[in-house]
Amino acid sequence: MAALRSSRSARSRSPGRIRRVDLASFLIQLLNALQYGLLLFLVASGLTLIFGIMGIINLAHGSFYMIGAYMAFALSSLTGSLAWAIVLGVIVSVLLGAFLEWALFSHLYRRDHLEQVLLTYGLILIFEELRSIVIGNDVHGVAIPALLDHAIALGPTLTYPVYRLFMSGVCIVLAAGMYWLIQRTRIGMMIRAGASNREMVESLGININLLYRLVFALGVALAAFAGMLAAPVSSVYPGMGTQVLIVCFVVVVIGGIGSVRGALAAALLIGVVDTFGKVFVPEYAGVAVYILMAAILLWRPEGLFRRA
Amino acid sequence: MTASSFAARWPSVLLLAAVALLAAFPWLGAAFYTELVTKIMIMAIFALSLDLLVGYTGLVSFGHAAYFGVGAYTLALMSPKAAPASLWVSLPASMLAAGVAALVVGVFVLRTRGIYFIMVTLAFAQMFYFVFHDTKLGGGSDGRYVNFKPSAAIGGFEPFDLGRPVQAYYVVLLILAMVFAFLRLLLRSPFGRALQGIRANESRMRSLGFPVFRYKLAGFVVAGVLAGLAGYLLAAQSGFVNPELLSWHQSGNVLLMVILGGSGTAYGPIIGAFALLLMEELFSSLTRHWQLWLGSAIVALVLFMPGGLSRLHSRLRARFLS
Repeated sequence: MAALRSSRSARSRSPGRIRRVDLASFLIQLLNALQYGLLLFLVASGLTLIFGIMGIINLAHGSFYMIGAYMAFALSSLTGSLAWAIVLGVIVSVLLGAFLEWALFSHLYRRDHLEQVLLTYGLILIFEELRSIVIGNDVHGVAIPALLDHAIALGPTLTYPVYRLFMSGVCIVLAAGMYWLIQRTRIGMMIRAGASNREMVESLGININLLYRLVFALGVALAAFAGMLAAPVSSVYPGMGTQVLIVCFVVVVIGGIGSVRGALAAALLIGVVDTFGKVFVPEYAGVAVYILMAAILLWRPEGLFRRA
Repeated sequence: MTASSFAARWPSVLLLAAVALLAAFPWLGAAFYTELVTKIMIMAIFALSLDLLVGYTGLVSFGHAAYFGVGAYTLALMSPKAAPASLWVSLPASMLAAGVAALVVGVFVLRTRGIYFIMVTLAFAQMFYFVFHDTKLGGGSDGRYVNFKPSAAIGGFEPFDLGRPVQAYYVVLLILAMVFAFLRLLLRSPFGRALQGIRANESRMRSLGFPVFRYKLAGFVVAGVLAGLAGYLLAAQSGFVNPELLSWHQSGNVLLMVILGGSGTAYGPIIGAFALLLMEELFSSLTRHWQLWLGSAIVALVLFMPGGLSRLHSRLRARFLS
């Protein structure tokens, strides 16, 4: 998250903001925290579902975020519109997810965690190298769509970019959509059943392989979508995937494996701790989320929203 | 001698040949290769320390680079600008610092298991990374130089000089042999047996009355101390430290060495370290996209050859001898 972070820390380093935290700048930081937390949730929710339902540790999940961001860059310069880039990118990432599940991950379900770690580590190397071959190693910017490229005033001297509000709004809509999908639909029922008892779902005649492929493709698409959404504010750079991956691990550990609700709570918590850490203790802010994780581990080793 | 008795003995023949080759190596290769093999042996010590956790205790740590880095940074921070640090002070200090770091982290991470353990060890290693990367303590992201190799002088007597590559080579080879022997003895001791028992069946060990948490913590600390030793040697050899020593790539690579060589086998990690680093040396000079080939090879290895190279070797042996 270095670029997400650096764009925000540049913001918080502007004079006056650190010394005198008035209401408006507090509000700005709170909005930043919300936006960062919601974005983390998009990536982490797919990760936690894949953990919870398939029992797979997927180190390559951050790569999907990276791939999404690079697709936003490449496709928006190709089509001239970020919206089209996102539409195309989501389709590509769903296909990519289904393909990877079919070709690789479906062979890992009954294997050791160690072999899952190994294979997904190999995938990271492949994705990073392909990225370097296809696009290169430079940092790229992605333009904010003109429609959203404004700022609204939050006080006499402070403004807030509309695109960030838009990002938060989209994430909230998606989170609500996921809640509806998981809690209210038949597929969601199968997903929840699959998470608690794989064999039982299979013996009820539900095609578990198809369900797995669906969940995996959904997770990939969510991570890639998060990357595409973040590309205009974070810029696009090598290694962005692994940084988001490790923070997402912290999210999943705090929230509890397999719990989407836990991932939401943990992601927002981390958004707040990280953002306000940057404001008050900039040197140690990188460490703050891990200290939070350590504290939660002492208190509840299975995470906040532990599954029975 | 029948064919099968020779075949049963050939691993020890091979081992003897490998040791002889390593012992004679500086007289065969150019100076560059002597330093390369020194570095590989240091990484082999690192891999051996991780295998105590992964292969024998059943703890898949994805953050072992943290203790490696703490050991390296301890040397860098203890080295004066214009004079060498004493080996006899700085080496124990590095190992102690790495051990303390492992103790503190271990108390937290060993409360978790399985996938959680993998993620939490990774996250804590990342925390150490940020400590060295973001604060001025170790020179930030640029790192810090170790201007002089640690001196082994005791009074006026200097048994060896780490500044000379060939002497450094033999010191590292000796330390590798000592670490190997130490781990063999440790795993044969009641303590080592208990660790392997925990790997096989933790709840049974607990019901037999073993304080499982304390055993795991002790194993975690021993592995951390040995990783710190390897980090110290690497910092002494390369002459500088930077946060990349603690990066998650480092943790991933050492885990790769362990698994590639075969975890839970005596020589596996050493074979893995040599295989990975020699391949890297060979292929990165041939192709710019070595990572792509490495990644593809790993994926293929997992899909088609579960168990790693030395498991492959034992499977082949079983096939041809039966």
